[in-house]
Amino acid sequence: MITMEHVYKSYRVAKRNAGMKEACKALLRRETQTVQALSDISFAIADGEMVGYIGPNGAGKSSTIKILSGILTPDSGSCLIDGRVPWKDRREHVRQIGVVFGQRSQLWWDVPVLDSFELLKDIYSISQYDYQHNLEELTQLLHLQELLKIPVRQLSLGQRMRCELAASLLHSPRVLFLDEPTIGLDAVSKLAVREFIQRLNAAHKTTVILTTHDMQDIEALTKRIILIGKGRVLLDGTLEDMCLLAGKPQSEESRFGTKKHESMAFRQNADKTEAEDDTASENDLDRIVASLYQKLEIL
Amino acid sequence: MKANGNSLRKYFSFFRMRFQMGLQYRAAAAGGCVTQFLWGIMECLAFRAFYEADESAFPMAFSSVVAYVWLREAFFALFTTWNTDNELFDSVINGNIAYELCRPLSVYRMWFARTAGNRLANAALRCVPILFAAFLLPEPFRMTLPVNVQSMLLFIITMFLGAGVTVAFCMFVYLLAFFTISPQGLRMVFTAMVQFLSGAIIPLSFMPDSVRRVLELLPFAGMFNVPLRIYSGDLVGAKMLRAIGMQIFWLVLLTACGKLLCRAAERRIVVQGG
Repeated sequence: MITMEHVYKSYRVAKRNAGMKEACKALLRRETQTVQALSDISFAIADGEMVGYIGPNGAGKSSTIKILSGILTPDSGSCLIDGRVPWKDRREHVRQIGVVFGQRSQLWWDVPVLDSFELLKDIYSISQYDYQHNLEELTQLLHLQELLKIPVRQLSLGQRMRCELAASLLHSPRVLFLDEPTIGLDAVSKLAVREFIQRLNAAHKTTVILTTHDMQDIEALTKRIILIGKGRVLLDGTLEDMCLLAGKPQSEESRFGTKKHESMAFRQNADKTEAEDDTASENDLDRIVASLYQKLEIL
Repeated sequence: MKANGNSLRKYFSFFRMRFQMGLQYRAAAAGGCVTQFLWGIMECLAFRAFYEADESAFPMAFSSVVAYVWLREAFFALFTTWNTDNELFDSVINGNIAYELCRPLSVYRMWFARTAGNRLANAALRCVPILFAAFLLPEPFRMTLPVNVQSMLLFIITMFLGAGVTVAFCMFVYLLAFFTISPQGLRMVFTAMVQFLSGAIIPLSFMPDSVRRVLELLPFAGMFNVPLRIYSGDLVGAKMLRAIGMQIFWLVLLTACGKLLCRAAERRIVVQGG
């Protein structure tokens, strides 16, 4: 169970105009500005739920994830995950969670993947039995057999991301935070990652919180969406709710209409139409989100 | 107690990981060996010229100076503050520290273990060929064995203490990264200064008495100065015991302060780059 109540977080940002003169001035006096990253964020997430946490760049998604994972301390507000305050009981808390930052790496660059896994085994004090069991399961699900003995620097991004996912799950966390896990991946890798997350959630009831800009991730994985903008929760509901908020009900209706009721026969006999339909609706979804974000700018 | 054992094991794993990694950079080690060896020869020749002018004017026997120089070259990577682990700076600068903060670990201990492992690996690769060559050199420049078994043992003990003091000091330099945008400027100042104060350029015995007495109270004297002078028989008796006491004192004090600073850094952390 995850609850966040009235969480605020602000950063100080150094600020100056471009140019040599300004740079020299800044040597003597720095101007800083306080940027409110999160203001009054509240939500609750039940065990085993998969939630999409979305919003435009700079909305506060990563800040929220970092507070939830005990890295950052909020200015005010409360947050409880399985009865623990992340930034206060940091070490106990992080034993129960797994985190994947899509834009960073937790694997050691110059050594084979397996060495990084062995290190994680010691960091989390995972028993040999559990380690072996989890490693086998993850290797199979993520198709890692060929990758484990290769130094990380020689893996492709997609291969590395599969290894990153495995690394975050070796200690069987109850909660998994995914911060843009599919960023920069090709279609095949994206599908593999999505499928894996789905299976993980189904098999182990792992709570998953996912931030992404890829609306297909959201569509494939989560029933519930929390939409934030400028540090506030703007919507907590389903994908349909979001489309309604965007104010394009008809195109949205048709999209979900076909998706839900389309028969297997239809899928198979009209490969081409389906492909066209798919690209069209992907664009639709992106357009809906874009228009929604634009609206939010005005608010 | 069991929990304690487990937690030490984590940090040992970091040490081992960094040690293994350090061992794989063979070209860097070969390059390092050649540089250190040539530098050692040059310094031996320079000292030889001074000693030929007037041997009695110097506080150490020539053979002790030669042993000091060779040991310094062999274990340079272990004691020099130049040898900083840039991965640690990078993790703060590019924000990968985020991953390290979501592990059930103390950042201080983990960094300590990593950087100690790195130093030991670098030194292990470099010391054998350098010492081997130094033992084969012709007479006045040949590396000598320690005077007795006792000074050999004391050398080994103080070498580890000295390495501990060095790592504990470097931890401050790493932690600076949390407080400045780029730690490189301050790093340069600190490392250049410490290089001189730790006896890496010339043995501290060569300093004027009043300066030397002050330097011996500083933590830096425990780095190159103490183990190397014990080996060459220049530091014995009560003075030696006092020097070892200072090493232990500084090791304890520096780690305690480092931990406090690390805690302060963790509290004000901002993960850079989104």
